[in-house]
Amino acid sequence: MTESVIDHSALRRSWPEEGHTRVPAWVYSDESIYRRELDTFFSGSTWNFVGLECELPTTGSYKRSWIGERQVIVVRDADGINVIENRCAHRGAAVCWKNSGTAKELVCPYHQWSYNLKGELEGVPFRRGVHGEGGMPADFDQKKLGLRRLRVAVRNGLIWASFSRDVPDFADYCGPELLTRIDRLFPGKPLRLVGQTRQSIPSNWKLYFENTRDPYHATLLHTFFITFGLFSASAKHHTGPTGESGRHLANYSVTAGKKVIEETSEMKRFDENLTLEDTDTVRHRDEFGDRQNSGLQVFPSVFIQQHFNSLAVRQIVPRGVNKMEVIWNFIGYEDDDEDMRQLRLKQSNLVGPAGFVSADDGEVLKQVQTTVKGYPDSVGFLEMGGRDVEQQDTTATEAAIRAFYKFYRREMGL
Amino acid sequence: MKAPQASLTPDKRFAIADFFERYADVVDNGRFDQWPEFFTSDCLYRVTSRENVEAGLEYGALYCQGIGMVRDRTMALRDVTVFEPRTLRHVLGSPRLEQALDGSIKARTSFVVIEVLADSDPSLFMSGEYLDTIVEADGQLLLKERHCIYDNTRIATSLIHPI
Repeated sequence: MTESVIDHSALRRSWPEEGHTRVPAWVYSDESIYRRELDTFFSGSTWNFVGLECELPTTGSYKRSWIGERQVIVVRDADGINVIENRCAHRGAAVCWKNSGTAKELVCPYHQWSYNLKGELEGVPFRRGVHGEGGMPADFDQKKLGLRRLRVAVRNGLIWASFSRDVPDFADYCGPELLTRIDRLFPGKPLRLVGQTRQSIPSNWKLYFENTRDPYHATLLHTFFITFGLFSASAKHHTGPTGESGRHLANYSVTAGKKVIEETSEMKRFDENLTLEDTDTVRHRDEFGDRQNSGLQVFPSVFIQQHFNSLAVRQIVPRGVNKMEVIWNFIGYEDDDEDMRQLRLKQSNLVGPAGFVSADDGEVLKQVQTTVKGYPDSVGFLEMGGRDVEQQDTTATEAAIRAFYKFYRREMGL
Repeated sequence: MKAPQASLTPDKRFAIADFFERYADVVDNGRFDQWPEFFTSDCLYRVTSRENVEAGLEYGALYCQGIGMVRDRTMALRDVTVFEPRTLRHVLGSPRLEQALDGSIKARTSFVVIEVLADSDPSLFMSGEYLDTIVEADGQLLLKERHCIYDNTRIATSLIHPI
């Protein structure tokens, strides 16, 4: 898409001339922009996280999931995992009304059209009418009416799906740098679900996406990070927009150790006298042998986070222009020993809607959304770490957000 | 319906109901430093969804194993976490009580929690039930376990104050 196809006069809006170092507030509150994002990204040429293989242990296990505002069914049949639209081919009713379960077939409650676990239509009640009256026309072709199947990629326990027929294979979509980082966390060992929490945040989905690309805030908003050594402004931190045009993200840092003092003088909320009674919350068992923590984004649906031994896949579900949901999937491995199982339970406290760290994020994003709605012509400023979009080895940078908006503008023609 | 067991006298039932009301009073009125006083040293406290419980998962969105983690929560709430000012109001149902073989008391109590943020109308933040194990030490009732199991599908923005 090029600039020329966009009718800016119709939108009555244009991007600030400084480019990707600025973000106009209307991108977070304009309904028509939001609709285009759903089409361009979530329903477009992307791979979206829809669930974990371990959530579907047996043939017939299913769960409901979301890609943008579209509901899908993720189901295991004898041949593997299928992802199908949760939308009856007849009148469009949702076929599946439960969040998870087991089924031999999928039956739409409205007129009892039944589908197999691949989404193929198998039965239509009164197809030949009742007592010779009514029924479907003679040329009714059951094979042409099924639940639409999405492309599916299962890699090391994570399930991805795409509405696109031409999106590159999942590995190529991620690119080698991100893929290596994902494989570090999910090397093919059997996974287990530690627990799940759904959180609604009254903010545009992009604000969450930016927030998890922003190491600058992590050193300042999240006092807990710094106070207890999870993260530090001066620790080695790689900020890595990656993949095609930097739409994905591969960030990592080394566990800092408690209370690095040098930069804390600039942190108003830092208090070196704070202590934890139970230090398991911040005890890093170095299971990958590199002392690293990491934050990865596979655009547009997911942020994968490993802070110490808290491993979570955060699924990002837009719920309208002013609202979004984060589905927190906390993950461990089947072969975790008892100490590791306890540690993951304790460290699940670090993040999530009640997280020592990320509760702050929901709070602050709500405040941002309130102002972008009220001041749609205001402009956000993104020059920390310079004006370019390349990878940097520092926390004091917004390069990854700039990279995102460079990519975003191109895809959206803005 | 099972008849109440003889060992749970009306006085004891009243004492437990009063204990729960005092807990709600402490958290609703922001006296978080007193919150750990309701728990045993080897307590388990968690806030988790019905879905997690039904899946047999021990996880909690807010999870404290032992009084140390309970106190750490208090510290974080007081000194670390950044959040919009709010008032929570707990409304409790009548506890359903049962004496366990080990002498502890199992309780199930419905709750609704209404949240008022600094700049908004009251909203239903959470509905659910407490599954508690209560013990008595030196004439004092204490929570050995408190599972706050919410019916909500989602947590609205954040869970800052204890439930």
